[in-house]
Amino acid sequence: MDPTDIARWQFAITTVYHFLFVPITIGLSAIIAGYEITWLRTGNEQWLRLTKFFGKLFLINVAIGIVTGIVQEFQFGMNWSDYSRFVGDVFGAPLAIEGLLAFFLESTFLGLWIFGWDRLSPKLHAACMVLVHVGTLFSSYFILAANSWMQNPVGFAYNPDTGRAEMNDFAAVMFNKVQLVTFPHVVLSAYMTGAAFVVGIALWHLRRATTDVDRVLYRAAVRTGAGVVLVAALGVAISGDFQGKIMTEVQPMKMAAAEGLYETEDPADFSLFQLGTLDGEEETFSIKIPGLLSYLATGAPSGEVEGINDLRERYRAEYGSDPGAAYYSPGDYTPVIPLTYWTFRLMIGLGVAAAVIAMWILWLTRAGRTPQGRGVLTAAVALPFLPLLANSFGWIFTEMGRQPWAVFGLMTTEHSVSPGLSTGEAWTSLIALTAVYAVLAVIEVRLLLTWIAKGADQLPVPDDPDRADDDRPLAFAY
Amino acid sequence: MELTTVWFILIAVLWIGYFTLEGFDFGVGMLMPVLARNDTERRVMINTIGPVWDGNEVWLLVAGGATFAAFPEWYATLFSGFYLPLLLILIALIVRGLAFEYRAKRDDDRWRARWDLAIVIGSFVPALLWGVAFANILRGVPIDADLEYVGGFFNLLNPYALLGGLTTLGLFVTHGALFIALKTDGEIRHRARHLAVPCVAVTAALAVVFLAWTQQQTGTAGSAVAFVAAAVGLVSAGLFARAGREGRAFAGTFLAIALAVGGLFLALFPDVMPTTLGDGTGLTTTNAAATAYTLRIMTVVAVLFTPVVLLYQGWTYWVFRKRIAVHHIPTTAPAAAPTGR
Ligand code: HDD
Ligand code: HEM
Ligand code: HEM
Repeated sequence: MDPTDIARWQFAITTVYHFLFVPITIGLSAIIAGYEITWLRTGNEQWLRLTKFFGKLFLINVAIGIVTGIVQEFQFGMNWSDYSRFVGDVFGAPLAIEGLLAFFLESTFLGLWIFGWDRLSPKLHAACMVLVHVGTLFSSYFILAANSWMQNPVGFAYNPDTGRAEMNDFAAVMFNKVQLVTFPHVVLSAYMTGAAFVVGIALWHLRRATTDVDRVLYRAAVRTGAGVVLVAALGVAISGDFQGKIMTEVQPMKMAAAEGLYETEDPADFSLFQLGTLDGEEETFSIKIPGLLSYLATGAPSGEVEGINDLRERYRAEYGSDPGAAYYSPGDYTPVIPLTYWTFRLMIGLGVAAAVIAMWILWLTRAGRTPQGRGVLTAAVALPFLPLLANSFGWIFTEMGRQPWAVFGLMTTEHSVSPGLSTGEAWTSLIALTAVYAVLAVIEVRLLLTWIAKGADQLPVPDDPDRADDDRPLAFAY
Repeated sequence: MELTTVWFILIAVLWIGYFTLEGFDFGVGMLMPVLARNDTERRVMINTIGPVWDGNEVWLLVAGGATFAAFPEWYATLFSGFYLPLLLILIALIVRGLAFEYRAKRDDDRWRARWDLAIVIGSFVPALLWGVAFANILRGVPIDADLEYVGGFFNLLNPYALLGGLTTLGLFVTHGALFIALKTDGEIRHRARHLAVPCVAVTAALAVVFLAWTQQQTGTAGSAVAFVAAAVGLVSAGLFARAGREGRAFAGTFLAIALAVGGLFLALFPDVMPTTLGDGTGLTTTNAAATAYTLRIMTVVAVLFTPVVLLYQGWTYWVFRKRIAVHHIPTTAPAAAPTGR
C-alpha cells in the first residue's frame, strides 16, 4: 500500500472508532441530566441512583471519547497536509471554534460534575451535566459544519494565486443546507444510541432484580430509554428523508451509488437487497419496493433518478478525466458500489430494527409488567449495538459515497495526502494507533461489563453531621 | 496592528495557557513515584489535578485548531513535518488521560501499578518533546520551496533542541512540585516543598543556557527582557519555596513558564517556521496566514468567548481550592463513583 492508502485506513479506523464513543456521550449526557433533574423535581431517590449508575458508565465511555478525539484534531495536519493547506482558510475556523466553545465547556463542567457532589449545590450540580450536554451539541454542530463543507463546499472562492479555497461567507458555511439536515440526523441518532444503551442494561437488571424497589427503578429506566429510542428514531427517519433529497441535489452520484442504479430510471425502485456483484454488468436478483428510490431522492413516487452511467458522463464533462488516476481509472467518478449499497441499507435496517425492539419492550413492560422470555433478553442485549453500528455504517456510506473526492468537486482524496509522508511513517502511525486502540477496546469492554454487572448502588448513609467539614473524606476521589 | 500579528499573539497566548496549566499536571504525573510513598498518597496527588487536567489539555486542542484556522500553512508544515514526535505525544496523551480515569476503577494492585506507569511515562514524553519541538521551530528546520519539511526524524534531535526539551522537562517538574506543595497537606506537602528547591536550581541552570542560546540566535530586545524576567521568576520561586511561601512560589514558576514561552514567541516573530535551506521558503506570519476575512471572523469569536472560558475555568479552580490530605481519600475500595452527599 502507498501512503495514501495507509492514511485512508488510518482515518477510517480512527474516526469510526472515535464515533463509537461519541454518540453514547451525546445521548447519555442528555439522559443523565434528565434523571438528575427529575430527582431534584420529585425528590424520588430512584432517579438519583440511576443518575449515579449511568454516570459511572458514562465516565468510562467518555474517557475514550476524549483521548481518541485528540488524534482526530492532529491527523489532518499529519497525514493530510495538502488538504489542510487547501481548505485551512474555511475548514480551520469551525475546528478552532469547536475547541473554544465546546471542548472547554465539556471538559470543565465534566470535571465539576465528577468531583463536585459535595462542593456544589444540587441545582448547580445538575446544571453542570446540562452544560456538558450543551457542549456535546456545540461540538457536533461545528465539526459537522466542517464535514458538511466537504460534502457541499459553499461560501468560498478559489484563489488561483495561492491555490487555496478562501472563505468569503462564514454564515453560508455555518448554515450550509447539508449541515442543516445532517446535524439533526446525527444528534438524533446519538440520542437513539445513548437511550438504547440505557434500555439494554436496565432490562437485563430488571429481570434479575430481587426487590420491588429495584424493579421499579429499572423499569423506569427501561421505559424512559425505550421512549427516547422511539421518538428519536422517528426524528432520524424524517431528517434522513430530508437528507436524501439534499444529497441528490448536491451529490447525485451518491444517491445512485446508494441503490447501485446504473441506468437512469423514472420511477426508480428501492431494493431491499440484491444478490450479485452489483457491477451493472448482469441482472441481479432483488426484492424491490416500487417508486421508493424516487421518493427518497425527489419526494415524489415518480421522479427521475439519474443512474451511474449518465452521471459518470456528466461528471467527466464537468470535472475532466482525472479524479486521481492512481485510485480511479480515468474519468471514473464512481465510488465503491457494493460498499455504498450495503452500508446504506444496514444504516436504515439496523435503525428500524432498534425502533421495533424498543416498541416491543415498551409493550411488554406496560402497567408494571416484567418481561420473562429469553427472546426479550436477547433483544435487550442486542439493542445497544444496533444504533451504534447504524451510526458507523452511516458514516462509512457518507464518506465513501463522496469518493474519489475529499472536498466534493474541488479536491480529490489522492491529492489531499501529505506529500512528504513516507510509507514507513504512515505504517508506524497506523500500526501504533490501531494497536493502542485495540488494547483500549479490550480494557473498556471489560470495565464496562464489570460496572454494568454491579448495578445501581444503594445510596450511602449520610456522614456524621457533627464532623468538621474539612475532615470529611471527598465525596468522590479517583 | 495587522490581524496576522494579532493571531500570532493569540496563538502565543494559547500555548502559554497550555504550558502553564498542563505544565503542572505533567509535573504532578512525573513526580508520582518520587513524592508518594503509598497508594493513598498517589491518590492524593492524582486528585489534586483530577477535576482540571482535561480542561488544561483543551488549551492544546485550541492552540492546534487556531493554528489550522489562522495559519493553515504553518499547521500543515509543522504537523506533517514533526510526524513521529507528534505521534509519540499523541500516544502519551492517550494513555495518560485514560490512566487518571481508569486506575481507580478496579481494586487490583497490578492494575493500578500499570496505570501509574502510564501516568509517569505519559507525562514525561510530552514534557520533553514539546521543548524539543519548540526549539526546532526557533532554530529553523529544512523546509523546501513547496513549504514541505524535508529533514527527517533525526534532524530534530540536535543538541539545542534536546536542551530545549530538558528545559521544559525541568520547568514542568518544578511547577508540578510546587503545585503539590500548594494543594496538599501533611507529609507529602513538605516533601514536595523540599524537592522544589533543588529542582529550581537544576532547571534554572538548564533554562539560562537554553534561553541565552536562543537569545544569541534570534533574540530581540523584547525577548531578552522576557527571558531575564523568566529567570527572576524561577529563582524567586526557589526562594519562596524555601521560605515556605507555597502560593508565591507557584506563582513564580507560573510566571517563569509564561515569560519564557512568551519570550520564545518574541524571538520567533515575524517568522513562524524559518527554513535552514538556502533555496527553501520559510514560513512567516504573512505567507502562512489565512485570509483577512477568516482572521476577522476568528477575532470576533475569540474576543467574545475567551473571557467566558477564562471565567468558568478560573471558577473551577476556586471551587476546588481546598488542600487535599491523606484523610480526605475515602477508605472504601477506590471509589469509582460519586457516593452521595
Ligand atoms: C457529531 C459529533 C462528533 C463528530 C463528528 C466528531 N466528534 Fe470529536 N467529540 C465529540 C463529538 C464529535 C463529543 C461528543 O463532543 C466528544 C466525545 C467525548 C467528549 O468529551 O466530547 C468529542 C471529543 C473530541 C475531542 C476531545 C475533546 C476534549 O479533550 O475534551 C477532540 C479533540 C475531538 N473530538 C475532535 C474531533 C475531530 C477533529 C473530528 C473530525 C474528524 C471529530 N472530533 C468528530
Ligand atoms: C466521526 C464521524 C466520521 C466518521 C465515522 C467518518 C468516517 C470516514 C470514512 C469511513 C472515510 C473513508 C475512508 C476511506 O476512504 O478509506 C472518511 C474519509 C474522510 N473523512 Fe470522514 N468521517 C467522520 C467525520 C469526518 C469529519 C467530521 C471530517 C472533517 C472534519 C471528515 C473528514 C474526512 C476526510 C478528510 C476523509 C478523506 C480521507 C479518507 O478517504 O480516508 N470526516 N471518513
Ligand atoms: C429511515 C432511516 C434513515 C434514512 C432515510 C437515513 C438517511 C441518510 C442519508 C441520506 C445519509 C447521507 C447524507 C449525505 O451523505 O449527504 C445518512 C447519513 C448518516 N446516517 Fe442515516 N438515515 C436513516 C437512519 C439512520 C439511523 C437509524 C442512524 C443511526 C442511529 C443513522 C446515522 C447516520 C449517520 C451517522 C450518517 C452520517 C452523517 C451524515 O451525513 O448525516 N441514520 N442517513
